[in-house]
Amino acid sequence: MAGGVAAWLPFARAAAIGWMPVANLPMPVAPTEKNKRQDELIILNVSGRRFETWRNTLDRYPDTLLGSSEKEFFYNEETKEYFFDRDPDVFRSVLNFYRTGKLHFPRYECISSYDEELAFFGIISEIIGDCCYEEYKDRKRENAERLMDDQEDNKDAKLPNMTFRETMWRAFENPHTSTMALVFYYVTGFFIAISVITNVVETVPCGSSPNQKEVPCGERYTVAFFCMDTACVMIFTVEYLMRLYAAPNRYRFMRSVMSIIDVVAILPYYIGLVMTDNEDVSGAFVTLRVFRVFRIFKFSRHSQGLRILGYTLKSCASELGFLLFSLTMAIIIFATVMFYAEKGSSSSKFTSIPASFWYTIVTMTTLGYGDMVPKTIAGKIFGSICSLSGVLVIALPVPVIVSNFSRIYHQNQRADKRRAQKVQKARLARIRIAKTGTSNAFLHSKRNGLFNEALEFTSSTEEEQRLKSTSLLESQHHHLLHCLEKTTNHEFVDEQYYQQSYLEAGLQNYSSRSPSLSSQDGVTGTCCTRRSKKHHTPLPNASAPAHLQPLTHTHTHHQGLQELSTIHIHPLSTSRSSLNMRVDGPASLNCQSNQITTAIISIPTPPVTTPDGDLSHQNVVKVSAL
Amino acid sequence: MGALMVIFSVQPKQRRKTTDSVEDELELSTVRHRPEGLEQLEAQTRFSRKELQILYRGFKNECPSGVVNEETFKVIYAQFFPQGDASTYAHFLFNAFDTDHNGSVSFEDFVMGLSILLRGSIQEKLNWAFNLYDINKDGYITKEEMLDIMKAIYDMMGKCTYPALREEAPQQHVEVFFQKMDKNKDGVVTIDEFIDCCQNDENIMRSMHLFENVL
Repeated sequence: MAGGVAAWLPFARAAAIGWMPVANLPMPVAPTEKNKRQDELIILNVSGRRFETWRNTLDRYPDTLLGSSEKEFFYNEETKEYFFDRDPDVFRSVLNFYRTGKLHFPRYECISSYDEELAFFGIISEIIGDCCYEEYKDRKRENAERLMDDQEDNKDAKLPNMTFRETMWRAFENPHTSTMALVFYYVTGFFIAISVITNVVETVPCGSSPNQKEVPCGERYTVAFFCMDTACVMIFTVEYLMRLYAAPNRYRFMRSVMSIIDVVAILPYYIGLVMTDNEDVSGAFVTLRVFRVFRIFKFSRHSQGLRILGYTLKSCASELGFLLFSLTMAIIIFATVMFYAEKGSSSSKFTSIPASFWYTIVTMTTLGYGDMVPKTIAGKIFGSICSLSGVLVIALPVPVIVSNFSRIYHQNQRADKRRAQKVQKARLARIRIAKTGTSNAFLHSKRNGLFNEALEFTSSTEEEQRLKSTSLLESQHHHLLHCLEKTTNHEFVDEQYYQQSYLEAGLQNYSSRSPSLSSQDGVTGTCCTRRSKKHHTPLPNASAPAHLQPLTHTHTHHQGLQELSTIHIHPLSTSRSSLNMRVDGPASLNCQSNQITTAIISIPTPPVTTPDGDLSHQNVVKVSAL
Repeated sequence: MGALMVIFSVQPKQRRKTTDSVEDELELSTVRHRPEGLEQLEAQTRFSRKELQILYRGFKNECPSGVVNEETFKVIYAQFFPQGDASTYAHFLFNAFDTDHNGSVSFEDFVMGLSILLRGSIQEKLNWAFNLYDINKDGYITKEEMLDIMKAIYDMMGKCTYPALREEAPQQHVEVFFQKMDKNKDGVVTIDEFIDCCQNDENIMRSMHLFENVL
C-alpha cells in the first residue's frame, strides 16, 4: 500500500458502513489500537542536521529502518532525538520517500554512496520512481562496467591449472598476456602487411628490356613472388590451425567471421597448387587470386576500431537498406525519364533504360564524369532536377548512420543491453510481487488474525505480543478486507488455489457441496474459532501442539489443498503429518509476516475439519487430481 | 519554392493551437480550493480540532489542489482492494460524498461525510447508506439500482475467490435483501422501510458501531 494513501485508510474504513445493511453475516471485530498515541513529531538528527516529521509518516513503511522498531537503537535519551551518523544530503531523499511515497535519485549524487544509504535505511532501490529510474540504472551500469574493467586488468595474472590449450587461446585473444603472444601478434601482423604489399607490387610494371613490352613485376620475378606468397600462406595456415586447436568451441570458431576470412585468404593458394596449368581453368584461377585481397581484413584482429566499424555497419543495416532502396527508386525513375526525354535526339548515348542508369548514378552522386550528357532541353531540365534530388536523397540517411555509429561507439555492447532488459523485467516483476504482496499479506494474516483470536481465548500473553507486531495500518487494512468478505460471503484466495478449485469444479460437482457447506456455516453465524474448537478432536496425526489446533477452520481447508498439489506424490498420511509439522514453522515466524510480503509463499495450513466423511472424500479426490 | 509554400501554410495552424493550449493551461492551474476555516468546520462537524488537522493533512497530501476529482478518487480507493476492481463502487461512493454534485469532492464534503459516518447517530448513518444505494436520488431503491450496487461490491472481490464467484451471486443477494427490506412488496424500498428494517436487525445494528473508533 503506498504511503500516501495510508492517510485515506480511515476514510475507506468509514465508507465500509455502506456495506453493512447489505451484508448477511456478522462483521469481524475491528482491531483495537492498544496503545494509541497522539500523533507526535519526532526529531531525526542526521549528522547535526535536524529533520522533523510526524511519527505516522515514518510508520507508513514498517519494513524499513525508520518505520520499524529498529530506529530505537539510535534513540538518544538525553536529547530525545534519533541520531544517525550518515550523510544528511542523501537523507533528504530518504525522508521524502516517506512523505510522498516516491523515491527520487538526485543527479549530483554518487551512485555508490546513494546505494549505501538505501541499504542502511532498508529501502530497496527498485521503488525509485519512474522519473529517476532510467538515470539511476544508467549510472549503476556505468559504475559496474568501470569496476569490471578494473577487475579485468587485475585478472590478467596467470591463473594456475590452465591447460596448454587454454593458455594458447588466451594468448591468441589477448596479446598482452605474455611475451610470446605479443611476438606472435606482431609477426602475423607483419606477414599480413607483407602479403598485401606483394599483391599490390606484383601488378606494377617493372622496368623491362627495350625489346619487350612492359611486364608487371609479378611476371618478371615469378619465383621471388611465389616464394613470398608461399611463406605468407605457410604462416597463415599454421596460425589458423593453431587457433582451431586452441578454440574452446571449435564449431563456433569455425563459424565466426574471422575464421571465414582466414580460410578465404589462404584457400586460393592451395587451389592454385592443386590445379595444373590447364588452359580452361586458368581464367578462373586468375579470378581466385582476387580473393587474396581479403587478407587485409585479417587486420581487424589487430585493430579495435575496424571491429567497431564492422559492428556499426552491421547494426545500421536497416538505415543502409533504406538508403539503398530510396536510391534505387530514384535511379529507376530518373533513368526512365531521361531515356524518354533523350529518345528523340540523334546519336544519343541513352540507348536504353539500363544504359541511363549509369548517367543517373553519376549525376545523383554529383560525380559528373561527362561521358553521357543530355542534349535536348527536356533532358537538361530533368538532368538538373536529377542532380538536385540526388544531393537530398543521399544527404538524408547519412547523418542517421553517422549518429548511429557515434551512439554505438559510446554505448555498451549488445550483451549489456540484453542484461539491462533482464534487469528491467526483474524490476517489474519485483514491483508486481510487492503489489500482490498486499493481497498475500492479507491471506497470511487472515490466518494469523484467527490465530490471534484463538489466542485471546487461550490467553497466552507472550505469544500474543509476538504475533501482534503487524503494524496497526496493516491490521486495519486487513480488517477492512475481511468485512468485504463477510458482506459478499465469498473469500479472497490466491491465484493458485483459484485455478485448482476451478479445475475441481470441472472434475466433479463435489465441490459444489462445499460452498453450500461453508455458506451454511456462515448463515448460522458462528464465529469460526468457537465452532472449530469442537471439531478439532478427530484430527489424525495430531502431533501439533495444543495451541495450534484452534486454527482448523472450515474456510481455510482449501489452502491445505494447495499444499497437496505441491507435494507431488506422497502417501496420504505422511503428507498430512508433514503438513501438521510444518505448521510450526510459519506460526513461529508470524512476527516476520511483514517481511514475507514480497515473496509469494504458499504456507501450508493444517487440513480442516469439515465433518469427517467429507474430509476423507476430499483427500481421495485430491490424490486422483495429482 | 514549393517547400517554402508548404512551410508557410503549416505555421498559422501551429500558432492557433498554441494560444488555445495556453488558455487551457491557465484554467487547469487555477483550479485550487481552500477550505473554510478550522472553527467553521469544527462547528459544522463533530470532529475535534486535532482530528480535523489530521484529516486535512492526509487529504492535502494526496490532493494538493484541494479537491478530489472522480479519477483520483477511484485511484485512491482502488489501492485498498488490490485483487478486484473497485472503480464502480468508488463511483457510487464519490456521488454519495459529492453532495452538491459539482463533480469534485472538496475537503468540506469529505469531512461532512466522514462526520456522519464516524460520529453520526444510527439514523444519520442509515440515511447516508440509503443515499448511497439510491443512485438517482429519487427516494426509492429499485431492484436495478440495488443490483448495480451489488455488482460493484462483488467486483471488488475480484476473480480469485472461494467459492468461485458465479454470475447469479449478486442477483441472489439482491433478492435476499429485498425479501428482508421490502415490507409491502411493492418492488421498491423506501427510506422508512429501510430504516425500520435495519433497526430491527441485530447484526446490522452491531456492525454500524464497528468503525466508531476509526479516527
